[in-house]
Amino acid sequence: MATDPLQKPDTEHRAQDTVAAGHLIEFDQVVKRYGDHVVLDHLDFTVERGRHVTLIGPSGSGKTTILRLLMTLERISEGLILVGGRPLSHMAGPNGSLKPADEKYQREVRKKIGMVFQQFNLFPNMNVLQNITEAPVSVLGLDRAEAEERAGELLDMVGLREKITAHPTQLSGGQQQRVAIARALAMRPEILLLDEVTSALDPELVAGVLDLLREIAHTTDITMLCVTHEMGFARDISDQVLMFDGGRVIESGPPERIFGDPEQERTREFLSAVL
Amino acid sequence: MNYTWDWGAMRQALPLLLTGFETTLLATVLGILVAAVLGLVVAMLGRAPTRLVTIPVRAVTEFVRSTPLLVQLVGAYAVFNTVRPLTIGIAVLGIHYASYLSEVYRAGIDAVPRGQWEACRALSLSPRRTWQAVILPQAVRNVLPALGNYGISMFKETPFLAVITVTEMVAQAREYGANHFVYAETFTLAGLIFLVASYPTSLLMRKLEKRLGH
Ligand SMILES: Nc1ncnc2c1ncn2[C@@H]1O[C@H](COP(=O)(O)OP(=O)(O)O)[C@@H](O)[C@H]1O
Ligand SMILES: [Mg+2]
Repeated sequence: MATDPLQKPDTEHRAQDTVAAGHLIEFDQVVKRYGDHVVLDHLDFTVERGRHVTLIGPSGSGKTTILRLLMTLERISEGLILVGGRPLSHMAGPNGSLKPADEKYQREVRKKIGMVFQQFNLFPNMNVLQNITEAPVSVLGLDRAEAEERAGELLDMVGLREKITAHPTQLSGGQQQRVAIARALAMRPEILLLDEVTSALDPELVAGVLDLLREIAHTTDITMLCVTHEMGFARDISDQVLMFDGGRVIESGPPERIFGDPEQERTREFLSAVL
Repeated sequence: MNYTWDWGAMRQALPLLLTGFETTLLATVLGILVAAVLGLVVAMLGRAPTRLVTIPVRAVTEFVRSTPLLVQLVGAYAVFNTVRPLTIGIAVLGIHYASYLSEVYRAGIDAVPRGQWEACRALSLSPRRTWQAVILPQAVRNVLPALGNYGISMFKETPFLAVITVTEMVAQAREYGANHFVYAETFTLAGLIFLVASYPTSLLMRKLEKRLGH
């Protein structure tokens, strides 16, 4: 192919090409330690674009840590995490080397990723609308009307349009979590991280939130990474289930196989304990 | 000894004391404003990532906190002898209380749950928006009750300003009392005015605290 002299090296397209060829998320020999305590031990796994992946495993096995590393709420100890082919915590240094990412680079990469927390973490000093529009306006630069329209659509989706001016303290846990989901989606993330988003809810409020997530899984192309103890839900929405233990993925596969016919004894034990 | 209480003197001194009270009020309101703003600045500087900032900031606040207000007033009055005494008084009150309030702000900022910071990061908010839109509004809410209490105690310390020739209410009471030999009456009156002004204020603060859910 002749080279077009007018065509500048297009880093964005190149990045997308690698995505098309490779994986949206890639953990490459990732180690995470707290002091001497090794939480993730040379972890390797990949997630394809558009997939819904569920992480299961005993408490303390490092599931939350994986999501927090992806959200850059924690620093990686060793290895590399790639999102869309770009290293999450490293940026290009001189001569093709990698150096630790600065704050600005991290914010750029982070924009692709949204997270919903176990404890909702809505901003109590803002009403529902402000919670949802703050980041689209101040980070993405949407004008207010546009952001409010987007928020309105999302509130319709989560079924809370009438709570638009309510403050978080005036909402039930389930409602707060649905607002938190709307807030994350308002950034139009490519990846949505969900960390046990129903485990702080009263039992009767769990179903509403899970139904919403099912709908999101089935109607959007967002890649979802989901930590949950709700095995029925995991079975419904996942394309792939990763079973964690001791800082590693000990087994992975489609939900029918992991739940129906696990290979590992450890997985069987875990499932019989939680089911 | 038989002292006859002079009610008439109290009535006559009242207008004079009220002019002094205006100065007292002005010094308190402006002083607490200076303290509120400066205290916040100090608290934020105390969280700077470099010790080149945090150590001097801590040294200065420690110094201000551990020397008496009276000494600071007289010292500042001696050094800045061309500045209006009332201005010096307001500045010294403001700085003195800022050193206490910075601690309150620090605690107020620390009391904002970690999840709030993490939500800001997850939404890619800039550091500026994180502080402005999320952290400070919540921290200030934590700080408001203490701000009220410090305001009331500053109010009661304004008589020190008399030492640097500011004629606030107690200075007026002393002058009138000395001229008419009615010290007890005028000082009682000054005390009553303090009571009448600060008691409802503290009730109001308590109400506010309740409403904020503390
Ligand atoms: N900030 C921290 N400091 C020290 N240890 C931590 C910290 N966060 C998590 N851990 C430890 O890391 C391990 C994995 O935690 P986590 O990822 O929360 O597990 P999971 O979500 O699977 O229950 C646990 O043993 C936990 O005690
Ligand atoms: Mg966890």
